[in-house]
This record gives sequence, structure tokens and C-alpha cells, in this order.
Amino acid sequence: MIRARALEKRYGRKRALAPVDLDVARDAFLLVTGANGSGKTTLLRLLAGLLAPTRGSLEVSVARGRLGFLAHEPLVYRELTALENLDLYGRLYRVPERRERAGMLLERFGLWEARNERVASYSRGMAQRLALCRALLHEPDLLVLDEPYAALDEQGAALLDRELADLVTIRTIVVSTHDSARLEQLATSRLALA
Amino acid sequence: MSYLGDVLALTRKDLRVELRARDTLPAMLLFVLSTLVVFHFALPEGSGDHAAYGLLWVAIVFTALLGLARAWVAEQEHRVLDGLVLAPCDRSAIWLGKTLATLAFLLAAQAVALPAFVLFFAPLGWAALAGVLLANIGICAVGSLMAAMAAAGRARELLLPLLLLPLAIPLVVGGVGAAISPEGERYLLFLLLYDGVFAVLSWASFEYVVTE
Repeated sequence: MIRARALEKRYGRKRALAPVDLDVARDAFLLVTGANGSGKTTLLRLLAGLLAPTRGSLEVSVARGRLGFLAHEPLVYRELTALENLDLYGRLYRVPERRERAGMLLERFGLWEARNERVASYSRGMAQRLALCRALLHEPDLLVLDEPYAALDEQGAALLDRELADLVTIRTIVVSTHDSARLEQLATSRLALA
Repeated sequence: MSYLGDVLALTRKDLRVELRARDTLPAMLLFVLSTLVVFHFALPEGSGDHAAYGLLWVAIVFTALLGLARAWVAEQEHRVLDGLVLAPCDRSAIWLGKTLATLAFLLAAQAVALPAFVLFFAPLGWAALAGVLLANIGICAVGSLMAAMAAAGRARELLLPLLLLPLAIPLVVGGVGAAISPEGERYLLFLLLYDGVFAVLSWASFEYVVTE
């Protein structure tokens, strides 16, 4: 599903991602690790199509709109409620029965009670849970998650563990994390960036 | 139908965000009213209506600039634009939604500013009002694109006026011409042509502004 050869990203003279080769099969689970500044976020943004490579080649066999992307930021409007955000994304991502799907995800991630509150009033952990709902809303074929455990409390992290365990056999998943031990069992391949 | 639905959903979202945050419209209203008051006292007596129409356009362009400078702030926060760009909808719908929302804010500001102009300065005929309406469309269409370009840059507050003001000159010429010329219809046609050409250009090029 993903094939990269000598994939590299530079901003002027600054190298954000050293050349990397990558093969990710359909329904595989790739765990990306590395120190701060090693290029994990850059690699994931390249895979999502949000950045263009400076050198090398990258093929991602997923149609636009079939990719679920979790970034450092939640990618939601602070002045809208959780439900309004998911309704907007559901419409733009062509989710059938989007209100039911949004409600189901909000309930699963423990946000149902806060569904009509503005995101601006959410804690960082609640915003991260909402970001996960947004990334999963359209049941993507490829799930790209950048530090998904960031800001989650133990209960939120356990919810995510369960969600990933459910998805691991039916979706292609790429996750970058500092907490590799947590996902070691699910991973089918690993990439350590230097 | 789906494209139109996306545009309306994005416009509705912008109006809802503004209704709650109240970041842009109150600032535009205060700015345009205070500008007109300053002009009222700055313009020497006996300057005539022509000078007043010129000042109206200065106020309109800079009020629009103020609104456009904040047009993409909500998308910049939390990088929401990334989420929108990854959606399978036509990316030009994002631009059109933003253009319509900005147009709504500008019209709301003018709903207060134009009566104030009539009160302070001179009457506005149908051609002048049609000129304002057509120029609004042009400013918002081009301005939404330029604001998106500026938002991607580092010195966005500086970049937007530098990009937009040269492109707004034909709109000022057309707007003032429609207000003061006996052949106002020719200027309205000119504005209509400008709107058509630049709206199509902005619509077609937005995708390249928001993707690498």
C-alpha cells in the first residue's frame, strides 16, 4: 500500500527527513520510532500527502478521502462543538449516516456528555480524543497517527489500545510514538528513524 | 448538488464560528464607522461629492482587508486546513465557502456604513450601490485566495495588503466610476467582467495554494 524509495524532505539546507526506504503492505501495522527531530512527523505528513518530497519517490495507494490522519494538533474548530465538528467532517468526507457514526464514536471515546460543548473548553486530552474520533469517522483504509497517546490519560490510552487492536486486521496503520512498548505486540513492521 | 452542499456547510461553519467568537465583524464595523467619522472631519468643506465617493472606497477596501486578514485564522489554529485539504471534496469548495462568508461579513459592515455615508457625505444612487455590490464580490473572491496565500507565509499581516491592494485598484476605479460617471453602466460592466475573470482564476488556483 505504501512504497517509498530514498524519500527525503528538506527545507532549504535543513534536512527534515533523511533518505528512507519503506514498504508497507495492505493491513500491515507500521510502528515508527525515533528521537525528537528525527523526522517522524515529517514522514507521516509526507504519507498523508500534506507535504511533497524533496527527493526520492513515494507511492501511497489510497484514494484521497480514504486516509485518516491524526496530527499533533486536533484539526478541529475551537468555536464549534464536538458534534458540529464531526458533522462538518462527516459531510466533507462523504460519511453515510454521519450523525449516527459521530454519536457512536463520541460515546466510544467518552465524549458523549460533552458533545455540545465548544472544543475551546475541552482539556488537551479531550481534544485528542475528539481528534481520534475525527480520524476514524470515515472508516479510513489507511490510518496515519502521529503520537496518538499524547495527552491521553490512562483511560483514554486504554480506549485507543482497544480501538487499534480492533482495527489492526482490517486497516493499514502507521503510528509514530515514543511509547513503542505499548504497540510492540500489534506492530507487523518497524521503522526506527535516526 | 454535493458541491453546493459542501460550500454551504463551510459557509455556515464560518458564520457560526464568527457568531460565537465575534472576532471579525465587530472590528470591521468599528473600523468602517470610525474611518467615516475621521473622513467627515478631515474633508474640507466644499470638497464636493466626488472626493467623498473616493473616501468611501478607501474605507470599503481597508474594511475588507481587515476582515480578510482574519479569514483563515480559525483554519490556522490547530491546522484545521490540513483536515479540510485531505477531505475528498473539491478543494475549491473551501475557497468558495470562505468567499461567501467574507462577503456576508462585508455586507453586514456595509449595512451600517452606507447609511452612515449618506448621513455624513452624499447620497448613493442605484449605480453606486450596484458598484459596491459588484466590487464586494471581486474583493472577497480575490481576497480569500490572497489571504490563504498570505496565511501560508511568515509575514502574513504584511503580505496580504501587498498582494491584495494592487489587485483591488481596478475595483476602486470601477466603484468610483459607477458612482460619479454619467456612464455608470460601463463601469458596472467592467466590474462584472473583473468579478467573472478573477473569480474563475481564484476558484481554479486555490488547490495549488493549499497543497505543496
